[in-house]
Order: sequence, then C-alpha cells, then structure tokens
Amino acid sequence: MGTYTTHTQPRERVETSLLPISDEEFGYREARHLLWRAGFGGTDEQIRTLASWGPKKAVDFIIDYEDIPFENDGPTLFDKDIMTPRSREENMAFRLAQQTGDENTLNRFREMRQRAQREDRAQMREIRHWWLTRMIQTPRPLEEKMTLFWHGHFATSYRTIENSYHMYQQNRMFRGLALGNFRTLLTSIIRDPAMLRYLNNNQNRKNAPNENLAREIMELFSLGEGNYSERDIKEGARALTGYTYRDDAFFFSKNQHDEGSKRVLSVNGNIDGDGFVNAIIRSPHCAPFICAKLYKFFVSEIPTDTKALEGAERTVVRALSQVMEQSRFEVKPVLRKLFLSRHFYDPSVMGNKIKSPIDLVVGAVRTLNTPVRNLVILSQAIDKMGQSLFLPPSVKGWDGGRAWINTSTLFTRQNTLVYMLTGQMAQSNRLFVDRTPYDPRLIVDCMNDPRIQGDPPDELVANQIMDFVLGRRPYGASDQLVSAAYKVDKPASTDGIRTMLMLTTSMPEYQLC
Amino acid sequence: MNLHNDPTNAKAYTRRAFIQNSAMLASAALTVPAFIQSSAFAMPKAEHGLSSIAGVNEDNILVIIQLSGGNDGLNTVVPYRDDAYYRMRPSIGIKPDGLHILSKNGSNGAVDLGLNQAMTGIRELYDEGQCAIIQGVGYPNPNRSHFASMDIWHTGETTGTGDGWLGRYIDAQCCGYGKGESGTPDGSMDDKVEPPIAIGNEAPLMLTGRSMMPVSFESAELFAWAGKKYNEDIVEEHRKLTDMVNERIEHEKDSNNAFLLRTAMDARVSSDTIRRAVSEKPLVNYPNNALAGQLSMIGAMIRAGLKTRVYYASIGSFDTHANQLGGHARLLGQFSAAVRAFQNDLKAQGNDSRVMTMAFSEFGRRVGQNASNGTDHGTAAPMFMFGPKVRGGFHSRHPSLTSLEQGDLKYTCDFRSVYAEVLDEWLSTKSDEVLDGKFKHLRVLQS
Repeated sequence: MGTYTTHTQPRERVETSLLPISDEEFGYREARHLLWRAGFGGTDEQIRTLASWGPKKAVDFIIDYEDIPFENDGPTLFDKDIMTPRSREENMAFRLAQQTGDENTLNRFREMRQRAQREDRAQMREIRHWWLTRMIQTPRPLEEKMTLFWHGHFATSYRTIENSYHMYQQNRMFRGLALGNFRTLLTSIIRDPAMLRYLNNNQNRKNAPNENLAREIMELFSLGEGNYSERDIKEGARALTGYTYRDDAFFFSKNQHDEGSKRVLSVNGNIDGDGFVNAIIRSPHCAPFICAKLYKFFVSEIPTDTKALEGAERTVVRALSQVMEQSRFEVKPVLRKLFLSRHFYDPSVMGNKIKSPIDLVVGAVRTLNTPVRNLVILSQAIDKMGQSLFLPPSVKGWDGGRAWINTSTLFTRQNTLVYMLTGQMAQSNRLFVDRTPYDPRLIVDCMNDPRIQGDPPDELVANQIMDFVLGRRPYGASDQLVSAAYKVDKPASTDGIRTMLMLTTSMPEYQLC
Repeated sequence: MNLHNDPTNAKAYTRRAFIQNSAMLASAALTVPAFIQSSAFAMPKAEHGLSSIAGVNEDNILVIIQLSGGNDGLNTVVPYRDDAYYRMRPSIGIKPDGLHILSKNGSNGAVDLGLNQAMTGIRELYDEGQCAIIQGVGYPNPNRSHFASMDIWHTGETTGTGDGWLGRYIDAQCCGYGKGESGTPDGSMDDKVEPPIAIGNEAPLMLTGRSMMPVSFESAELFAWAGKKYNEDIVEEHRKLTDMVNERIEHEKDSNNAFLLRTAMDARVSSDTIRRAVSEKPLVNYPNNALAGQLSMIGAMIRAGLKTRVYYASIGSFDTHANQLGGHARLLGQFSAAVRAFQNDLKAQGNDSRVMTMAFSEFGRRVGQNASNGTDHGTAAPMFMFGPKVRGGFHSRHPSLTSLEQGDLKYTCDFRSVYAEVLDEWLSTKSDEVLDGKFKHLRVLQS
C-alpha cells in the first residue's frame, strides 16, 4: 500500500499498460478506488475485504454481479395506464367538439388531460425515489452505475415524453443490458418507446422521413461527429421509417417503412433498423467511440472526439476498443480489462475524478452509513446539483466533470452532507432538525479497536477519517479537524467525529473520488 | 462479503479483524506539519470577479423577471374598447372604471388599452416613459404545456431544446463560442465575465450555458456553509480549510484538485461578497412581497458593484384556471409595486440608466373565459421592459380578438425579436451567434 502524500509532486510518466496490477500493488487505496469508480464507494470493512482478496477476485466480485442475488423490480411496480392515449370513441367526441366549438366538452378533455399529467408527474417523482433507493441499497453497485451510464449515454428526458411508465421501461431495459452487448443495446434503443418519442421517430414515415433519431444515433450514441456523412443520416433515417410504438410497446408500421434500396456507411441493400445497427457496428469508429465514453465515465475526463486524444489516453482507449471488437461488442470484458489494469490505478487517475451528484449523495450513505433521512430532500438536492434523474438537460446527456461544480453547487454539496450527518437543513432553523439517530463512531476503525485502552489519540482519529473519507490527508487539515472537535466535545466522541466528518466532507478534496 | 447496504443493519459498519493487515495504524504515526498560516491571498484570481472595483462600472445590466404559470395578458393590458373582449369574458372582463386608462405615449398608434388597476406603480413608470409594453409576443406553433413553452422561452428555440439563450450569451462573451458549439471549458476563459445570478432554488435553464453555471441562491442564508447552524464556532476551521489552498494542490496546476480548491475559495469569497451586499439596508423601502424581496437583493448586489451583468427573479401562481379576478390582481399588484420600488432604488443609487428589466411569461391565456371564471392556457401575451433607456409606450400590434386560431390570439411579435434587440443593443453582442438566425429589431430601446 502506498503512503499518503500531501505535497505537490511533478507528474511522472503515466502508466499506460492494460496488463493486470499485481497482488502486492493492490492495497487499501486501490480497493477504495475500485469501489468508488465501479460503484458508489464502500465502507471501511468492504475496502479492507477487497484489499485482502487481491485484484482478480475483487474485480470478479464487482463485475460478475449476477451471482449476487438481488430482486429485480418487475414491470408492474408502477402504473402503466396513467397516460394511455384517448380511445377511438373519445377521439371522435373530441374532434366533434372542436368542429362545433363545444367548449364544455373541450374543457372536460382538457381537464382530464391535465389531471392525468399531474398524476403522471407524481409517479415520475416516485420512480426517481425508487431508483435512488435502489442505488443506495443494491449489493450490485456496478449494475446501477452502468444503468446510470446508459441513461446518460442514450439520454432521454421525461420533460419531452411526459410518460413516466415509458421512462421506467427504458430504465429496466438499461439495467437488463447494463453489462450486455452494445449491439443489443442499439437494437433495443431503436425499439424503445421513450426514445422513439423523444427523438420523434414516431413521425419518421416513408413519405416524410424524420432524421432526428438516425442523426443522434450516429453522432451521440455510436460513432461521433465526423465519422459518417449527411447521406448516411438520410439513408439511415429511411431505414428507421415505420419504427414507432403503440401504447407501451414497439410497433413496426410496415406501411410507413421504406422498403427501397439504401446505402449506409458503405453497406448496400434493403436495410431496416437492424441493418442500420449492423452497418454502425461494422464501422471502425464505433468501438473507439464507446470505449472513450466508458473511459470518460470510469477513468477521467477526456474529449469524446477520439481523434483529439493523445498520449496515455489515446493508447488506453485504443487498447480497450480492441478488446471490445474482439469480444464482438460485449461490454463486460472491456470493463474487466480496465478495472484490473495498471493504468486504472496510476496515481494520475486515482482520486482525480469529480463525483457526480449521484456519486456524492449515494456514496455518502453507502460509505458514511448516514441515514437517508428524507428522499424528497435528497432528490431535490441532487436536482440543485444538476443531475435530475430522468431529466437530462439534452440528448447529449450530462457533461459531467468540472461542469458539475460552481460556487452554488459547491455549497449545495457541502450542505447536503451537513444535512445527512446532522439532520440540520440550511434553510430551516435549529428547531426543525431531523432526529434520526446516527452514530458516526461506527465508521472510524480505531474507535472500535478493543486493543486501544481509553480514547484513541486525537490525530489517529482525524487521520483515519481522512484516509477513509478523502483517500488522502490534505496538508494541515488534521489540526483543523481536531481543533473543531474540541469546540463541541473531543475528537473521540460522537459529536466530535460528527464535526470532523462535516468539515472533512466540506473540503474541496471530498468532491473527488 | 456483501455490498448490500441495508440501512437497518449497523453491523456491516463495525470493524472486523483486518487490523493485522492494516497499514492504517502504521501510517497514523506520520506526523502532520503544524498548520501554517494560509497563503490564500497569494492565489491568482483569489478575488475572482465578485470584488467591487473602485470607480463606476459602465457595463449594462439585464434583469429578467419571470411571471410563471402563464400570465393572462388580456386582463393585464386590457383592450377595453373592444366589444369582443367583454363578449368573450362576460364575468371576468374588466370594465374601464376598473382600469388605469393609458394616455398616448410613444409613436405606435392610438392607445385603446388600460392597465389592470392593481398596477399603479407600473402606470407611473409608463407615464414617466420608463415602461415599454410589447404586444402580442409569441412564437409559431404555440405549445400550451407549461414545461414545453417555458423551455422555448428559456432556450430561444422553438424546439425548446439546447442551452439557455443567456447562457449562450455568456459562452460567447467568455469563451468565444456560439450557438450549439461544444467547447470544453478549460483555462482559456475570459475571467472578467461573471456568471449570471438567479434568486431561487434552481439554476434557470435560461442562464445555463456550457461555460459556467449561474450562481443561484434563495437567500443569503443558503449561500453559506450550513455547518455553522450545528455549531457557530467551527466556521473558523471551515474557513481555514477552504483558504489553505497552495499547499494542497496536487499534480499539476490544472488538475481537478486545483480547480476544486480554487472554486471553493471563489464560493467562500462570493458568499461573503453577496451576503455582505444583501445585508445592506436598501436606499428605498420595498413592499413586503416575495418578488420585492428578490429585487431588493438584486438592487443591493448592483449597488455593491458586482460585475454580474445578468440577474434573474421570478414570481409564480399565474396559472389562473378558476375565480381569477382577485388573485390575478393581487399578483399584478405585487409585480407592479416590486418593480416600482426597484426602479426607485436604482435611481437613488444612480445606477438606473445601466439597468434594464424585462418581464415575460411562458404564455398568455385563452381569449374566452372558462366555466370556472378563470382562463386556460393560451398563446401570445404582452412583455414588459423597464428602465430609463427604453422607448416608453406600446410596441408591436395588439392581436385581433376576432381573428383567432382555435380560440387563441395570433402572435404579432416573435419573442426572439425582443431577445435579438437586447443582445445586440443592450448587451453588445451579436444576436445571430446566440439565436438561430437574424430577427428584426422592434426598436424598443433608445438608440
């Protein structure tokens, strides 16, 4: 295990090898890093356990999560009928009222629709709370992390589609294919009602093609800008004509599908949606594009334009895309290779990624064992930090990285942690404090060490908190933590530790993982 | 091992017998050097932006007021000489004796319009030539969903997708990239450009671009570390931990770690600056309503010399589906009194001529009243602009109340014309780089 450094160091050569890290090199820091990046962080005990297993067993445990039982919530968990479209009879009555100017009937329809929308928005909130809870509780963190990755990659927003059940359906699809095959993901996404609606493919008809879905599939979901032509978009859109949905299911409208001959990315023939996907998968740009996105999500911020990559990042993304191509676009071998690689544990990589709002909040519960307190409040806090689940800002998803951080989100981040640790909200006075009990002593190793007589030394408590919570000991911070703890009690006490945790999680370094 | 995080099972969090392998105890023996006084003040950009600079800041300021919920334009600016108005609103049409009848002021034709009687303050501004009313503002294929229409107004795009129009303006100012271009913001930003400030608990889409997020806060209280509510005295340590920056930069100067340390200090400094600014008593009395509270904070920040050029405030509850007369008038009264006090404040500060205020709503309401003495979601509606630099009076045409589209007004002015003029003339940028295309100015602003 490496020592903790606190000083500025010149950057040494970055390790680019994808060869596996050795048992000796895999210690507490490395296990902590793996738990944060491939999940939402772990407890001190989980870190120590993974470290004792060594990299191979630890990575297999994280990746082969199907072996860990966890109930997958079924399709009937939420109501699918709230936004059911008007029936044929209702439609006729509506049109008649429009023609005759029957305001009363029109008003009734308008009210019905507004009521359904209200109900649906309420269900959307429930679904958001359900997913947040799932991320907090799951024994298979990588499954949820990858579900979140695909949600950001194939970004679809409830704001446009206004159908919470379709969002739920899409979320289940992503979870089922979380570590699946990328080709299968593409063939599923062109059949997904939420996506078809979001990118207007329900309006993509033989005689009036709509290019939106075809364009975004190539630009944002699979190849990247510059790696296809305008003609490929036009022809791809023709291949997707007639791909629409009825109620909650994909529907292939044969009459609206263009059966003519097409040419997409140098593939000729009467191409349909699957043919379009196959042409994309055959492109040499597909694997590098997806691997760059995975790299950006799991390793560090890089441009998504793979041509702009240089140095270590270029080497690693290239090597990963070879793994992807060799495995015929399976995602699992790529991540296994990555999580085991020497590159993944390079000092320039560890502890240098900005936590997403979800990482921050879910990670706080999972590592510090704080109470959840109130899902509504946590969910609103995540919104304020800029990562509203099911409401990505655009089809590009979340930019991530430094875009998460500004002066106001930093305070929201710090104050959310204060709330989780103490129950005190920034906007309420001290009378309105959530009193759910929380004993922070349990997460500090030396507080539970039977070999230590009396209180453990102040500095030991502070340092263990920083090692576990920050993965580093920022220069001079220990003295400040101890000093603050003495203002409320002493370091080796419930309130002392709570105070030190509040200050540790307010440090800029806490935003990194 | 199980990664399941069962909140009811605290056992998962107690220690286990790994202590023999633990290097933690060993490393705890490392001594940490004594705390050395922060050299924060040596940091470049330590006072990034929000510090006030001696002398006068000549830059123009834009204040946006959002009337959320869909303001009923026809009962705000009332066409009291039009029989159709009373015919379609038999019980909620406002009679002339309940209106401020406006005199002809400006050059755009006869004035057959009156302001809702609750709007005394705005009537005064109108008489002083400091209020421009742009009639019939809307966009093609109107969307009657609150969400969707608000997004359209916020993005300046009829699709309602993409970044906010003022966010794109900020991107163009600080980083030189225009509409739809994606540039990863790196160190090459013009650091004289300040993020816009929104009062409220969220970052409005309108102000959100790619280069910087707006600073948003509901109250001075929320724009500070909440740990002090737990214990007032530990703020000192929080501050020190935020200010000890140089010693903590790892790797290179542009690492995420360095970025975070700098932003944390910016947050501390802007929190101090903003809280200091808004703690000053305003020069005039503001009425006691939520919008007035927001505008008084904006007034205080302008007075304190912040270099921010775009501010945002909002007032809600305009979704008047039922029994709207009293409630709607109350909202308009709050809006009007708040704006009047704000203009007085700016005048007393001597800042009035560099501030322009623009008020909009996501849509107007239907011409005909509904069965509940209210109105449902409609289309075009008037916009307001305030300040000594507007050309007071009416602009654009009032939409016809008889030539309707599905019972709704046809817009006579594209909202992007107003945006374009504000961008070109007031914010001195090129509107066609921010908006999708060129839009003809109405000449609402004095040239």
